[in-house]
Amino acid sequence: MELSFTQGRWRYEQWGGFDPLSSNNAKPPGVELWAVFDVPQSLVDVYWRNLTHTLSGLFCASINFLESSTTYSAPELTFKPSFGNLRYGTLPREAVCTENLTPWLKLLPCRDKAGLSALMDRPSIYRGFYHSQRLRLTSSESGSDEVDSGIGLEQTLTVVLQPSSWRTGKTYSVETNIQPSWSISSIFGRNIPGKCVIAKSSNVYLHLDNGLVGELKNLERENAKYVANTFESEGFQSNHAFKISVTPDKVFEEVDYLHGKSTSVIYGFSVEKYSDSQPFDLGLTWKIPVVWSCQQAPLHASRFLMGSGNERGAIAISLESTESSEGLPTSHIIDGRCELRVDIFQVVPWYIKVYFHTLQVFVDKQPRAMADVVDKIRVSPSKDKVSPGVMEMILKLPCGSKSAAFSLEFDKGFLHIDEYPPDANQGFDIPSALISFPSFNARMNFSEDEFLNNSPILSKFQETSPVLSYTEVLLIPLTTPDFSMPYNVITITCTVFALYFGSLLNVLRRRVDEEERILRSRAGRKAGWISQLLSRLSAKLRGRPQEQPTSSLPYSFISFRLVLKILLVASIAVTWQYYFG
Amino acid sequence: MAETEVSKKRKRPIVRLAVLLLSHSVLVSVICCTAGVFGLLLLPVLAKNTYISENALMPGSASSMLSNQEVSEANKLIKELNNLHSNPLGATTESHGIIAKYMSNLGAQVNNHKFHPQLNQFHPLHFFSGPDSGVMQENSTRSLYGINTVGIIRAPRGDGKEAIVLVTPYNAVKGGVRETLSLGIAYSVFSLLTRVTWLAKDIIWLVADSQYGEYAPVAAWLRDYHTPAFSNLDSLNTETCHVGNNNFESKISYGIRRSGTMAAALVLGVAYGNENEDTLGIYAEASNGQMPNLDLINIVHYLAVHRQGLRVKVEQFHWLLNSKWVKSLGEVFESLGKMVKTLNPDWKLGISAADYVEGAATLASSLYHQALGVPTGPHGAFRDYQVDAITLEFSLRISFDRLDRRNDFLLHGGRLIEGVIRSVNNLLEKFHQSFFLYLLTSPSKFVSVGVYMIAFALLVAPLPVVAASLYAKTLDLNPTSEKDKSATSNELGSVLQSWKWLNSVKTVFVVHFWGATVSLLPYFISQIPDSDPTTNFSVWILLSILSLEILRWILVSPSSHIYGLPQGEWAILKSATISSFFIGLGLMSVINFATAEIGALLMVPMALMAHPLKLDVRGQSLRSILRMICNLVLGVISFPPATFFVFKGVIEGFSGIKAGDFWNWVESLWAWNSATYLYIEYGNIDRLSSDKRESNKDAPLLSCGMLLLKEFA
Repeated sequence: MELSFTQGRWRYEQWGGFDPLSSNNAKPPGVELWAVFDVPQSLVDVYWRNLTHTLSGLFCASINFLESSTTYSAPELTFKPSFGNLRYGTLPREAVCTENLTPWLKLLPCRDKAGLSALMDRPSIYRGFYHSQRLRLTSSESGSDEVDSGIGLEQTLTVVLQPSSWRTGKTYSVETNIQPSWSISSIFGRNIPGKCVIAKSSNVYLHLDNGLVGELKNLERENAKYVANTFESEGFQSNHAFKISVTPDKVFEEVDYLHGKSTSVIYGFSVEKYSDSQPFDLGLTWKIPVVWSCQQAPLHASRFLMGSGNERGAIAISLESTESSEGLPTSHIIDGRCELRVDIFQVVPWYIKVYFHTLQVFVDKQPRAMADVVDKIRVSPSKDKVSPGVMEMILKLPCGSKSAAFSLEFDKGFLHIDEYPPDANQGFDIPSALISFPSFNARMNFSEDEFLNNSPILSKFQETSPVLSYTEVLLIPLTTPDFSMPYNVITITCTVFALYFGSLLNVLRRRVDEEERILRSRAGRKAGWISQLLSRLSAKLRGRPQEQPTSSLPYSFISFRLVLKILLVASIAVTWQYYFG
Repeated sequence: MAETEVSKKRKRPIVRLAVLLLSHSVLVSVICCTAGVFGLLLLPVLAKNTYISENALMPGSASSMLSNQEVSEANKLIKELNNLHSNPLGATTESHGIIAKYMSNLGAQVNNHKFHPQLNQFHPLHFFSGPDSGVMQENSTRSLYGINTVGIIRAPRGDGKEAIVLVTPYNAVKGGVRETLSLGIAYSVFSLLTRVTWLAKDIIWLVADSQYGEYAPVAAWLRDYHTPAFSNLDSLNTETCHVGNNNFESKISYGIRRSGTMAAALVLGVAYGNENEDTLGIYAEASNGQMPNLDLINIVHYLAVHRQGLRVKVEQFHWLLNSKWVKSLGEVFESLGKMVKTLNPDWKLGISAADYVEGAATLASSLYHQALGVPTGPHGAFRDYQVDAITLEFSLRISFDRLDRRNDFLLHGGRLIEGVIRSVNNLLEKFHQSFFLYLLTSPSKFVSVGVYMIAFALLVAPLPVVAASLYAKTLDLNPTSEKDKSATSNELGSVLQSWKWLNSVKTVFVVHFWGATVSLLPYFISQIPDSDPTTNFSVWILLSILSLEILRWILVSPSSHIYGLPQGEWAILKSATISSFFIGLGLMSVINFATAEIGALLMVPMALMAHPLKLDVRGQSLRSILRMICNLVLGVISFPPATFFVFKGVIEGFSGIKAGDFWNWVESLWAWNSATYLYIEYGNIDRLSSDKRESNKDAPLLSCGMLLLKEFA
């Protein structure tokens, strides 16, 4: 099971999309939850419901909205180890704040009182660009030894922060723009006062990614020509480009076996030796400006809406190749053809009625037949108010393709009046599509292994996982009734209906000829009131008794009095019977 | 007996009322028409003060963060751009490079957007196809292109679902301080916004290359933003171009970058003012009389007046400001208002004469621009995509050359824009609270739909009454004449009688059909290569006359000969025409109120007065001659070209019918014209003349309405 709360969006272009950090930790805005259930098929939905309610209570979030069947789906192709018992749901609009962070921190052994989590200064965390907290539960029952079986809890917090100097300083003149130097205390406003007592290990890692390291090495080479000064790779911490305030305990260098290109470097710092009196405060000071770019996912995915108006539109997903993908050992050679595999998983709420047959595929701006590109597609159309539409595609794109685009047309549906959220006029969200590149593996290879085993985060980096990226959340304006004036609308509608039905009933009920005939006949025999009463009675019998109104008042009055008398007598009789009988 | 009395009593109020109305239809129509016109004149008096309806906007609640630092940076940009113009060679590409450099230095994502300006084409048939079908068919315009520069700031903590658009039209060829000042304002705001933390929506800054008009680049960008062509084979947008500039070497992609749904758009412009104060002009009318939400105008007005001390004005008809009769009317209303106030001090109807004149001039121009359906600025393009947008035009007292003055101006303008963006940024939902249907009588006063519809309803009300009374009269007339003739075949006769209106409806339909064909004709005429407007116009007239003759020959003449009785016939025809006219106006008022209002003003009197000329000539009495003259005058006036020229005569300096104008405007004008032709034709053929005139007029209106309807959809 994995649950993530995210605020802000991960910018794949700036922050990279290829390394394990981004592809594991970048999550769509809002809440994302998926879980695999080890129960019979029929029970999966029930368990999911329970799970959402439990989590909702635990994390003070409206995860329970995921309970309704319109919000979650059961993907089969995208998440590998699924056999129909996986459920996936997102809430793109969920606002993430401290109330969600606090319960998350409570799960930590020392909360935020000691150890690394002491850094969790709320204002500085939420001031950043991106904030994502993640909770992952894995059960390792299938493990061979019984000792290891149990449930593993893994908590990750990903934060992208802005160095404070950047915020306050006015960096206008670009020529002298040096990267802002930072230290832990300047970013978080706190220091690490040592490790949590219960913790087995407590480490801080500083990761210089490929691009940066490559850039630095280039600089170094240039410098080496002039200055007879050789830098060792571990001497980075005090080289000419930047300075690290604390000497690292360990330096890991990623080993790229395939080609000897620049690789990333990780500095490890152990917090164990620090204490309150001597807090750990890592800082990095830049000396010269360096420009580097992060390693990108092979294709940059963006998704957008097309068309305007409240009636219909189209969703388009466009994949643009990034520069980094050109030189990568990316392609799988299958049947002599070079292909790039891309999986797309897209959930669409039911009120966006997607027509899957309108799927159009363009590769390199040329329209293509679907069969050429789409290897496998699984579509479950939405059912109104029951289930969302799900589309999973496995694509095989030709290797050299620069861009690919898919468009799907949809109609916008109408919601029932009580299905609108309170802020209906904002529009409705379409959750992020998940795009994965199974033929790329986001993993790092480190040369020395003995230390890695007791460092969970590094071993995590070494795991093989496909490169993932999420697209933007889309906002679709639907036709919205004017909620501000329900009273007016109701009043005017009722008036119109009353007028209409009143006159219509009047017209329908009245039979003109009939009345004339009756009138004529009545005019013919204009004898005494008895006969009139008879005719009235006959009229009554014909089923129009309420037509006896005002002018015939004397007669009805008489009969009324008669009835009254009878009633009076009868009641007297009854009371007599009751009391004296 | 008793029963019948009762039922009669019950029937009576409504039926009696109807009968009363019908029998006094002339009086009713006169009263209603006068009341309608009076109501229209009264609108400036009834205007209410605007208020900010959406609480979330909170304009001006935060103090402005824009400081002199941003302004000095903006000045740097202005200076650099102005220097560029000293050597005009290659100024365009250079200026794009400079703007792009400045944008990306701020940390924004920049891309260029290349577009081909679409020549104004007349496509009447487009109303029956989707709005997107006409994207780039012309190959002849390939060589012409403009380049928009687009910068996007991603909101630091936002999720990128929504965006606010800032547009500055910039003509790099023309250059000049005027052009660059709006860039300066936008740049100062933009540079501030890259650093603020409160941003929740992305900001898109579009520098629209306005060398082919201000509207075209914005429309082109919006079109590509919303309906990108994935499979364009000419690889227009795929090429990347190296914009080289001193030490700035960067690849700026031509692919369009996107942000989320647009929440609002602001278009900035700077004009040389000749007034005594710094003023801010607000232009709001989009195509087909669509208006942005009133809240948007309210925020701008509030911030400009109460925070930045600018004077806000909306467009006015200046010739109305000086006209005598409006002034005297204003005085009348002023004294009336005072009188009312003495009766009951709570009634605040009083408005000073000067205010009234101002209000009337603004209202007239507001009505005119809405009715014309031509957007008053680049903001019109946004409204087609349901984005609320307005154009803000700053005009300055002194020339911009003095640096301190310019700085001051930049600071004020920038703070205003910052405030507006901040307000819109506060907005959680899209604009929906305030009015969409309104007429402005001053920047802070408006007439809402509930008020101005009354005037229109009064104006239109006599139409069904007159139609019904005419019909009833002919029914009363004919049975008496036919009764003795066909007593036995009464049944059949009455059936025939009751279906007689079908014939006249057929005539009306034919005329409408002709009107529709005439309004479609210009499309084919415009296909004729190299011809000037005058020949086009005359060809059009000829063709429409020809087609009318053909139609009359085929359809109308036989039937009109069979039914000889002109006495009853023309009345039925008139009633059919009027009722169809009424339906047309009613529909029109839903789509575009202003068009309907003006159409009603012009045509209702004529429709009511219409009477066959032949009968009048035969009548010889003073009354009939008067009526004939009235008919002729009204007919001429409401004949669209005549109206147009009369109007032009009133306002000097109006440009004539130019084929080079925006197609919508041409279209609507042409549609109107076609109607008039019909009417002239019939004036000459005096058999059923006047009624047919009306129907003709109807036809353009209807086709116009259809056109607008399409647009709207």
